[in-house]
Amino acid sequence: MSAADDHGATGRWEHFPHDADIGVRAFGATPEEAFVQAALAVMAAILDPSTVRLEQTIDIVLEAPRLDLLLVDWLNALIYEMAERRMVFGAFEVKIEDHHLKGRARGEVVSRSRHAPAVEAKGATYTELACVEDRPGLWRAQCVIDV
Amino acid sequence: MDLSRFEKISDTAWRVAPFGGMRAPAIIYASEDLMKDMDDKVFDQVTNVAKLPGIVRASYAMPDAHWGYGFPIGGVAAFDADEGGVVSAGGVGFDVSCGVRTHLTHLTREQVVSVQQELADALFEHVPAGVGSQGEIALDEQGLNAMLLGGAQWAIERGLGRAADLARIEEGGRASGADPAAVSEHARKRQRREMGTLGSGNHYLEVQEVAEIFDERTAAAYGLVKGECVVTIHCGSRGLGHQIGTEYLRDMVISAQAYGIDLPDRELACAPIKSDLGQKYLGAMRAAINCALANREIIGHLARQVFARFFENEELPLMFDVSHNTCKVERHAVDGETRQLFVHRKGATRAFGPGHESLPEALRPYGQPVLIGGSMGAGSYVLAGMETSERQAFASACHGAGRRMSRHAATRTWGGRKIVDDLRAQGIIIKSPSLRGVAEEAPGAYKDVRAVVDSAEAAGLARKVAFLKPLICVKG
Repeated sequence: MSAADDHGATGRWEHFPHDADIGVRAFGATPEEAFVQAALAVMAAILDPSTVRLEQTIDIVLEAPRLDLLLVDWLNALIYEMAERRMVFGAFEVKIEDHHLKGRARGEVVSRSRHAPAVEAKGATYTELACVEDRPGLWRAQCVIDV
Repeated sequence: MDLSRFEKISDTAWRVAPFGGMRAPAIIYASEDLMKDMDDKVFDQVTNVAKLPGIVRASYAMPDAHWGYGFPIGGVAAFDADEGGVVSAGGVGFDVSCGVRTHLTHLTREQVVSVQQELADALFEHVPAGVGSQGEIALDEQGLNAMLLGGAQWAIERGLGRAADLARIEEGGRASGADPAAVSEHARKRQRREMGTLGSGNHYLEVQEVAEIFDERTAAAYGLVKGECVVTIHCGSRGLGHQIGTEYLRDMVISAQAYGIDLPDRELACAPIKSDLGQKYLGAMRAAINCALANREIIGHLARQVFARFFENEELPLMFDVSHNTCKVERHAVDGETRQLFVHRKGATRAFGPGHESLPEALRPYGQPVLIGGSMGAGSYVLAGMETSERQAFASACHGAGRRMSRHAATRTWGGRKIVDDLRAQGIIIKSPSLRGVAEEAPGAYKDVRAVVDSAEAAGLARKVAFLKPLICVKG
């Protein structure tokens, strides 16, 4: 499953197989864009993000000693907000400066009938974790999500 | 998996001698066919676990082993605190104390089939399942602390279970050494509305028929009668356990270097048992075990309420409740010496053999019930711990069928509606809020559970007692 057929595009995501769970891999021109795409990939593991109405905004502030750890923290913060607020998200914004992240997630309270979520994300893991610039202008952010 | 990297010890035991920093050998118990189908990542993970400080005897993998996080799913490893041993949040997993319980009924298949649809609808309506579902029990701070300390005992004191159940739950329904103060505010908030909820993914509540008996004597002692039905519940510690796993994994990843631990894989994040972080994690993990035990007790209570509407005098006594994502302090014989060890079982079930002191008297001569969840279509098994399981893998056995296909591949291969229809044609009613979720859990996405339990028996881990065939499956 992937967000775009055009693999030349920078901002996109895909799922990669893991025996029990789901791998998310995202690409972007910047780490911020890759983080946004990774968040969309997590949501797509649960439901179709295009069905989510953007009614509420949640702000998230994080810091971590490394960019890849920041990715895990970002995805885990979203998983926490989904669980605690009973929400699902469909759009994201991210700014990163010196391993400090300011993020924004927009979405709505989950509707079991309209969203029919397939799985619950338990946590983002360090398995297959990477946040690297594969070539100038192409960042890859990935890890496995325990569902 | 490439078998040339193993020394074949028997038809169901494969050993990797220590190499590249391994402090102990790695041993996988599985038939040659299961070994060939196993992901190469299992080799990497089972050998990486053998590199952790203080590991005792060997790093083990069960016949249902598959690619996990740090530890393989189906991984077992024991550590000695006095030898610098570690406790690993990755070795327990996110769903702390995820496990299975089976309740007995005296109902025949025909009695259940006569109300099958109505019973399925009522269970689905009464037991909260799936993303976005909520429990009826609201916990304040004091109540949450009491639950984290009391486990299933707490649920029973609140009228949400039966006192007779406690003898049929590991550790009498309550893990000692829980430390609610080690459970964060986020973990607490995540659990506020989740008591008595099933969760999603591979979690389920099933009504099953005892379709086959392999060991009459043990089945009779367990209360299993061919043609009668049982109720089996698979779930864990819900949001609280997930958050504890998330937070302590991060703390252990960041602090490993400070503890002088060279992690071969970050997901193996761990801390010395004799360290502040190690002790804090153990306190939080035990609180999460109690959360899981309370949760399964409450879901059992909800199932009893539903059955009472349909059948008078059916009390659904608990046969047994086992956890398969844990780290427990146990005494084991190692080279003729009894030692206290911290045994991690990640997707593996404790399987004490006959005579073990921790088993209730009625079950002691037969060994501990080991509950193996299969897929929606293939059915499940009840096994019994064997005397040999102690020396094979610190009294451990498999926990399920194990996936052979990713969720992604399953949804490309099957449609949820067709699976529901096909299973209905086989007499199995599936109730789930998500057809995509059903497709991800398609029977074909799992390994042959019979091959897994046959391997467990041949390897001397646990012997077959009964086969359970589903009639109703409520999926999260």
